[in-house]
Amino acid sequence: MYIRAASNISPQNTFGNQRFLSELAGYTGDGLTCIEPDYKALIDPKIIRRMSRIIKMGVAAGMDCLQQAGVNAPDAIITGTAYGCLEDTNTFLTKMVQQNEEALSPTAFIQSTHNTISAQIALLLQCHQYNNTFVNGGASFENALLDAMMLLYEGEAANVLVGGIDEITTNSHAILKRMGLYRREQVSNFDLLNTPGKGTMAGEGSAFFMLSREASDNDWAKIDGVSSFYKPRNTAEIKQQISIFLQSQNANIHEIDLVITGNNGDLKNDAVYEQLLKYDFANAPVINYKALCGEYPTSSAFATWLAAHEIKAGGCSFVPESDQTSLKKVLIYNHYQNIHHSLILLSAC
Amino acid sequence: MEQPVFIAGLGVISAIGNTVAQNLLSLEQEKTGIAPIQYLDTDHRDEFPVGEVKLSNAELAELSGFKHGISRTAMLSLIAAKEALADTELANLAGLRTGFVSANTVGGMDKTEDFFRDFLDDNTKGRLRNVINHECGAITNLVADQLGIRHYVSTISTACSSSANAIIYGARLIKNNILDVVIAGGTDALTRFTLNGFNTLMILDKQPCQPFDANRRGLNLGEGAGYVVLVSARIASSLKKEIYCTFGSYHNANDAYHQTASSPEGTGSLLAMEGALKKSGLQPADISYINLHGTGTQNNDSSEGTAISKLFAGHSPKMSSTKAFTGHTLGASGGIEAVFSALAVRRGLIYPNLRFETQMDGFPFTPETHFSTQPDVKHVLSNSFGFGGNCSSLIFSKL
Repeated sequence: MYIRAASNISPQNTFGNQRFLSELAGYTGDGLTCIEPDYKALIDPKIIRRMSRIIKMGVAAGMDCLQQAGVNAPDAIITGTAYGCLEDTNTFLTKMVQQNEEALSPTAFIQSTHNTISAQIALLLQCHQYNNTFVNGGASFENALLDAMMLLYEGEAANVLVGGIDEITTNSHAILKRMGLYRREQVSNFDLLNTPGKGTMAGEGSAFFMLSREASDNDWAKIDGVSSFYKPRNTAEIKQQISIFLQSQNANIHEIDLVITGNNGDLKNDAVYEQLLKYDFANAPVINYKALCGEYPTSSAFATWLAAHEIKAGGCSFVPESDQTSLKKVLIYNHYQNIHHSLILLSAC
Repeated sequence: MEQPVFIAGLGVISAIGNTVAQNLLSLEQEKTGIAPIQYLDTDHRDEFPVGEVKLSNAELAELSGFKHGISRTAMLSLIAAKEALADTELANLAGLRTGFVSANTVGGMDKTEDFFRDFLDDNTKGRLRNVINHECGAITNLVADQLGIRHYVSTISTACSSSANAIIYGARLIKNNILDVVIAGGTDALTRFTLNGFNTLMILDKQPCQPFDANRRGLNLGEGAGYVVLVSARIASSLKKEIYCTFGSYHNANDAYHQTASSPEGTGSLLAMEGALKKSGLQPADISYINLHGTGTQNNDSSEGTAISKLFAGHSPKMSSTKAFTGHTLGASGGIEAVFSALAVRRGLIYPNLRFETQMDGFPFTPETHFSTQPDVKHVLSNSFGFGGNCSSLIFSKL
């Protein structure tokens, strides 16, 4: 399937015409937060007021993606979000506890539903077509991609809008930090991966893609395939999954021009990639991406945007000059908490 | 060519029973599961009747095999999923590409609520083990691990149509030759979060609900889990046990009208039902029975009724909402009602719409008021509509 357009609200200057590479955003602490655009240009201000932050980020990236693609009636809208609308959930839950289940207002409850973003996009477009939301932890975005691929293959759709969205809130950050996910000491995102330790930096983002069955003149790249696998027992099993996936795509590891891995600076997390980097991916330039967006369950949507962006640009700006080749095939391998692992293969059009 | 998909196993736990057999008996005996709140710890205890599973958390832990302290959502899920898998009588899962596609809307919210009481006062307080499975996906993972399924694990959440969409996705994974066997459906436990949320919307009935009745007052919330085991033709032919029905026609559409309300014209419901019929190649007259979404709210029932009047003009099939038995089980409802629908096709059953008294104005049909068996139940249509305009219809057909 072809990526006809993509839109990405992230902790980097990725949205709109901003040149994210010329001005990489630095963060010090234990998290990266999204650089939010001026929503008024994308959504009716009357509607914006009622929306919480993640809904704005989701709807804005979705609508921008549709505009870029010149598609106002997609055949399907599919989102992936591990946590859903956390701030709305938090608001309703907090008031419910503090007010002893009395005198509550419905707004936060209404917006706390996990499918709110895909529903709001459908509502704004008056789109009566297929609409689905995956809430499957670190494979939420991958499941949405697979759903889209199947719809295109089944002939049920020609253009599918797919997005991966997750937000970090004050409370979710505090809870995940107590669980040991984030660094205890201050760290810069640019140093995160060079100073391995315990924990990573929190991240968030909203990346949407217009995926089309037919090629168009301005496609960014193609997504050849996606695969997710669950709790592999050991590295051998991961290697086997990678080899099965590449075989199913009629691709060879030696044909991969760039590998993007999900290293996040946490020793335990990154140990999973170690063997693969040493042997399996040894012949290709390897880059990582979480220094740019932080760690969150749907970060592979950011990685997919990055891969498509670099393929469109013709070469990878994060690879030393000497290793530069034209990017024909890019493989993304990510795992979240060693639960869901995923592989996404992209290629140049 | 499209591969047909077969339903080879069923599992359900709801307010009217902890097994398929118990649920069926209650449906036959017209025995409701709606009762005053017994287990949910809420200040609204005496205000709203609900469809609770009649087991405490300790009893559910015992029955499911989970250790104490796990979310009720996961315990309900495991009990029904295990029953469905055992019912399939697969000799060995190893070597088969097996998936678990489970929907829910609350995740581990029952435990998060407890966590928040301590956490809100001091964010260094609250037991982390009560919030670690907050995410919807974490509930699915807990159950997948108990079932020993690793090949494909997925979670869907589209409000009240969640598990209908899980069943559609599961069937498509088989049709696309990605999996051989999928346990598909959903689970949801009653929580203070959902009870209070629906209360703010003022759509809860303070009496046992009366779906599709002119004097309906709202819905009763329920809880439970329901799963069907979907298998490919190859697996179906290798099984010695009875296959319940085929499943291959479905449609997912969006009402695109309002975040929580359905359009008066029933646009989304009509598109979902029409789409499923079109995919099946059937005519409206071929549908023997409709398992309605039928929540009992003014809005849903008139919207769904309008869509049915349009599509089935002149030949209304038999229809009923089983939510008068189970309550509205939200993310589990599509799964539970898929189990009821598969049984209806296999055994020729028509379920009653309990407590129906007065026909809704302007609608040409009356829901069934008594349980009956019919020789010619060939195709059953099951509706699931939700917040966000998500509307899905499924058609189950006789072999």
